[in-house]
Amino acid sequence: MDGVVLQLQRKLIDYTNSLFHEGYINEQFSQLQQLQDESNPNFVMEVVSLFFQDSERLLNELGKALGQPVIDFKKVDSHVHQLKGSSSSIGAQKVQNVCMTFRSCCEQQNADGCLTCLQVLSSEYFLVKNKLETLFKIEQQFMAAGGSFPM
Amino acid sequence: MASPGSCGSQSMDRCGGEQPHVLAVDDSLIDRILIERLLKNSSCTVTTAENGLRALEYLGLGDNQHSNCNASKVNMIITDYCMPGMTGYELLKKIKESSATREVPVVIMSSENVPTRINQCLQEGAQMFMLKPIKLADVKKLRGQLMNTRS
Repeated sequence: MDGVVLQLQRKLIDYTNSLFHEGYINEQFSQLQQLQDESNPNFVMEVVSLFFQDSERLLNELGKALGQPVIDFKKVDSHVHQLKGSSSSIGAQKVQNVCMTFRSCCEQQNADGCLTCLQVLSSEYFLVKNKLETLFKIEQQFMAAGGSFPM
Repeated sequence: MASPGSCGSQSMDRCGGEQPHVLAVDDSLIDRILIERLLKNSSCTVTTAENGLRALEYLGLGDNQHSNCNASKVNMIITDYCMPGMTGYELLKKIKESSATREVPVVIMSSENVPTRINQCLQEGAQMFMLKPIKLADVKKLRGQLMNTRS
């Protein structure tokens, strides 16, 4: 294999491993990767893009809901439940974890706790978004250089 | 949608060809896409519905509907438990209430491991209860079960 492609392959493997190692993504993400093949070559990116859209919508809704003079904790919990579900489905472990804490705060009707959770959630979400976008970029470089999957 | 004339006989053998036809119900778009990919990866044909009402309509069990052929062509129904409007449990009950659909195996999915919920569904006639996120191995197991229930 060409030197450039080998280098990019190494970069891709290392970066992916670091994301697993650091707990940003878990085994469920591997499941997604396994579902990607020649007939569905962009599967992971498509699902993850949907996750990005959905998450940003939910984060907005959460901001609005927690900004109300009287907080509807059921509504807040419902949004968090959705986000917990989608993050679990794509394997975004850290985001999923924050959602679990967030749900406890909702159950306790703890407004301050919820606000803190939203900040942490937002933070973790944008972090994993950044990481995954970087991953996709490296993948694209790898494929542009002639690399292919499975590696 | 198939017209009544093309139905053929309502035989016990529901499987047309080698690919079982699964109706997947989930209010989450990401999860619908995932379950569809997982099922197709296991050689199933898939119809998705975004809620219980749509699922019932597809099966010909909606209000003001005459029964249609779709029910006889569905080999399995897999549904999320937590859905707004009609829950997976309520959908399960409606499916079991109708002679057109009561023999179709129904699988319930949920992100929450709640023993009372699981028992409730199994008692109502659910074939299986699966914990989300659904993995390839889960679907292969399902697929194996489907093979066993074919006449």
